Amino acid sequence: MSADRQMNTGPDEGHYNFAYLDEQTKRMIRRAILKGIAVPGYQVPFASREMPMPYGWGTGGVQVTAAILGADDRLKVIDQGSDDTTNAVSIRNFFEKTAGVATTTRTEDATVIQTRHRIPEAPLSEEQVLVYQVPIPEPLRFLEPRETETRKMHALAEYGLMHVKLYEDIARNGHIATTYAYPVEVNDRYVMDPSPTPKFDNPKMHEMAALQLFGAGREKRIYALPPYTKVKSLDFDDHPFEVQHFDRPCGLCGAELVYLDEVILDDKGGRMFVCSDSDFCEDRRARGHVGDMAADPAAASLTGSASTSARTPE
Amino acid sequence: MYVAVKGGEKAIRNAHRLLARRRRGRTDVPSLTLDQIAEQMALSVARVMGEGSLYDEALAALAIKQSRGDLIEAAFLIRAYRTTLPRFGYSEPLDTGAMLVERRISATYKDLPGGQLLGPTFDYTHRLLDFTLAAEGEPELEEAERAALTDEAMPRVTDLLSEEGLMEADPLPEEGHVVGDLTRDPLSFPADRDLRLQNLARGDEGFLLALAYSSQRGYGRTHPFTGEIRYGAVEVEFFAEELGFTLTLGEIRLTECQMVNQFNGSAKSPPKFTRGYGLVFGQAERKAMAMSMVDRALRWEELGEEFTAPVQDTEFVLSHSDNIQATGFVEHLKLPHYVDFQAELDLVRRMRKEWFAARERRDEELGLAAGKDQEAAE
Amino acid sequence: MTASPNLTSAALAPAFADAVHDAQSCFRVLMQAMARPGTLQAFDAAALVPEAPLPAALAAAALTLCDFDTPIWLDATLAANPAVAGWLRFHTGAPITSDPAEAAFAFVARPESLPALAGYAQGTLEYPDRSTMLILAVENGSPAPQVRLSGPGVQSSTDFAAAPLPPRFWPQMMENHRRFPRGVDVIFAAPAGFAAVPRSTDLTILEA
Repeated sequence: MSADRQMNTGPDEGHYNFAYLDEQTKRMIRRAILKGIAVPGYQVPFASREMPMPYGWGTGGVQVTAAILGADDRLKVIDQGSDDTTNAVSIRNFFEKTAGVATTTRTEDATVIQTRHRIPEAPLSEEQVLVYQVPIPEPLRFLEPRETETRKMHALAEYGLMHVKLYEDIARNGHIATTYAYPVEVNDRYVMDPSPTPKFDNPKMHEMAALQLFGAGREKRIYALPPYTKVKSLDFDDHPFEVQHFDRPCGLCGAELVYLDEVILDDKGGRMFVCSDSDFCEDRRARGHVGDMAADPAAASLTGSASTSARTPE
Repeated sequence: MYVAVKGGEKAIRNAHRLLARRRRGRTDVPSLTLDQIAEQMALSVARVMGEGSLYDEALAALAIKQSRGDLIEAAFLIRAYRTTLPRFGYSEPLDTGAMLVERRISATYKDLPGGQLLGPTFDYTHRLLDFTLAAEGEPELEEAERAALTDEAMPRVTDLLSEEGLMEADPLPEEGHVVGDLTRDPLSFPADRDLRLQNLARGDEGFLLALAYSSQRGYGRTHPFTGEIRYGAVEVEFFAEELGFTLTLGEIRLTECQMVNQFNGSAKSPPKFTRGYGLVFGQAERKAMAMSMVDRALRWEELGEEFTAPVQDTEFVLSHSDNIQATGFVEHLKLPHYVDFQAELDLVRRMRKEWFAARERRDEELGLAAGKDQEAAE
Repeated sequence: MTASPNLTSAALAPAFADAVHDAQSCFRVLMQAMARPGTLQAFDAAALVPEAPLPAALAAAALTLCDFDTPIWLDATLAANPAVAGWLRFHTGAPITSDPAEAAFAFVARPESLPALAGYAQGTLEYPDRSTMLILAVENGSPAPQVRLSGPGVQSSTDFAAAPLPPRFWPQMMENHRRFPRGVDVIFAAPAGFAAVPRSTDLTILEA
C-alpha cells in the first residue's frame, strides 16, 4: 500500500500510471492470470475495474494486457482480424498513450497481441502472448442463465446440457448451428468459451505454442490456456467437428484455407472475398502473391489506397 | 464503411472533433458553467454522483457538461475516474439519525417527534410549465418560511417502532463479518445484504423504479408504507489508525428511505414490521424509495416468504442493475461483428440450399405419386 | 496503514528500486514459469536485499504478487526473525497468518521441513482459485532429474528436479495433481530464476 500512494496519480494531473492501471489492480489481475494458467479453462473471478472505455468494448482484454505489458513489449491489436478497425485503433492508441509501448501491425513482430473475434492466420510462437477480449465467458450461459447453477456444473464437470443442446441442433437442422463462440473442452476437463471467434479458428487453439489469456471485464472473469494444451471442439462421433470452408481464395492475395470477409461491391450482387487477417494478406501481397480481383478498382479501397473519414456536414 | 480499410484512425479523430463541436452547440449561446450545472441541475448532479458512485458535485457537473447531459455517460465518466483514485481506507458507518435534516416525512404517523418537514419537494406542485422560466428573467423568489433549526432530536421512525418491539431490530452483521465491497471483489452468489445494498445504491434509477413498481402491481408483494424519508447533511468520519482517533472528513448530503412492511410472523419470530432500506447520494427520493422496496423484496428467503416474482430474484436483479455495464454491452453491438456474421451467412446460405433441395425432392415425390394415382384411376 | 507502528521505513531494507517496472518484469517471468511447467525462467533478484533470512527471489515474488488482500504464511525459518514479517507487511501490506489453510501465499525458506501440501488451502470445486500458492527457495543448478512432467504447458514431456526438497515431496505433488481442479501450485525460486509446477501438471517419478 505504501508504494501505491506515490504512484497512483489521478488523471486530473494529466498523467497516468504505466499502462493506466494502478499497481494494486495489476497485482490482483496478475494473481488471477497465474490461477487461470494453473487451472486451464477455469474462469477465475477478478475485481474488474471500470475502464475509460465501455464494458463490452474490450475492457477485459485491456485489463489483462495492461497487467502483463512491459516497456520492452511490442503490442499488436486486432479486431475482426484487422489492425485498422475503429476499436482496434482506439485500444492501440490507449496503450501508446498510457504505456508508451511500441506497437506494430505485423503479427510476427508482436510480443503481445490483443484480439477481438479472430486468431491470426500465421502460427504464433512461444515468445508471444495472445489476449482475447471476451463478452460472455460462460459457455453454458445461454443454456442456464444462473451463475449459481453454471458454477455447479463446472465444479462437477456436468456438461450433459451442452451436449444435449448441440445434439438438438443436429436433430433439427442436420448441423450444429453454432458458427462462432463454439465451445471447447480444455485438457479433458473444463468446457470453455473461446470468445466469439469463428469456429474456423478453434483448431488453432489446440496445442498453440503461445500462451492464450482471456479477459471478460463486464463479467469479471479471467481464464487461460497454457501453451501446448489440448483443446477439443465439442462434437459427436457421427457428427465430427468441422470448420467453415470457403469455395474460393482471397481476391487480393489468393490465399486459400484462410478466413475470408465478404465485401459487397455494388447493389447488383457484386461480391469480393478477402482475407480477414489484414496483416497476413498484406504480407502475402508484399511477397508477390496476387489474387484474381487485385486489379479490380474496388480492391483499391481495401488495400489502403483510399481512406475513409467521418463525414462532416459542416 | 466505418471499419476495415485504412483510415480508421482518421475517422475516429474526425468523429471526436465533430462531437466536441456538437457538445458546445452554437457559440453565440454562452457556455454552461459548472456552477450553473451544480446549482440549477442539482438533481442530475445527485443522480450522477449516486450511479457514478463518487460524491463530488463539481466533478459530476463537469461530467454532465462533457457528456452533453447524457446522465449515464456522465456516471460512466465518474466511475472511470473513481477507479483510478487511491484508496486510503473506509469511513466509519454514517449516523443518519444525526442528520441535519432539510426534509423529513413519514407516511405512517400524523405527527412524530421532530415533526414532518416538507422541505424542497416537487410534491404537491401542479405540473404546469412555468413560462416565466422561459423568459430571460427569473420569477421572483420568495423567502420560504423555515422552521427554526432546533436541537430537537429527530429520531428515525423505525427507532420509534423498535422501542415497542414492533419493528425488527436493525440486523447486525455476524461477529467478524467484513462488510463486502463489490468494487474490490467480484459479486458472487448468494450475495449478502451488504453487497445487495451496495449494488442497489449504485444501480440504475430507471431499473430499480420499474422493479419496485412491478412489486406493487402483484409481481411479488412488498406491501410497503413509507416509514420515513429524510434528506439532509451527514458528517463523514474516518478513523485514522496512525493517529488513534477519528477525524471528520466533511459533510455529504443523502436521501434515506425506510419502507415499513407487514410481516406475518413465523415459527421463530412473532408478527412484526420489517423494513426495506434505501440510501442514496444527494436528493434522490425516487431512487431511495425504489431501492428500499427492492431491498425488501430481495429479503424473501431470510424471512421465509414465497419466491414468485422477478424483483425477488437476487441474481437477476443484481446482475442487471448496473447501467454502466448494461449500456456498454448493449451498445457494443455497434462494434463490427462481420467475422461472426460471415460465419452465420455461410450457415444460413447452406441451410437454405438444403431446405430448397429437400422441398424439391418432396415435390418431385409428391408429383410422381400424384401421377401414379392418376394412372391408377384411369 | 498496515505497517505496524513501531516499524518505520528507515529501519527496513528497501523494496524494488522501480516498483512499477521491476514488478512487471518479475511477473512476466513468473507467468512464463507457470505457463511452461518445469522450465527455469531466468530472473535476477540480486539487487534486492531484504531482511535476512528472506531470500531475494522470495522477496521479489512477494513484492510482485502480495498485498493487503493476500494473507501470507511463513515457514519456521522466516517466522523466526520478526523483521521478515515486518518487511513484508511494510512493503506489501499483506497480513501474516499462521494458518496454512488461510494463506494465499506460503513462503518457504527451508523446503526440507515443508509441512504436508494438503494442509494448505486447496480451493473448492466451485472456486479452485481459492488455494495457496507455495513459493519454495531452492538452490541453483539442478540435480539429476527427479520427475517427468507432462500436461498443459509442456510439449510432450520434460524432466525436472529441484533441491532441497522434503522427503515424499513428489508423491505429494502427484496426489495434488489428482485433486485437480483443487490443489496448490508450487513455484521454485532459485537465485537464477523461477520454475513452477502447477496442479495441472501430471508427474511421473523417475528412478534415482
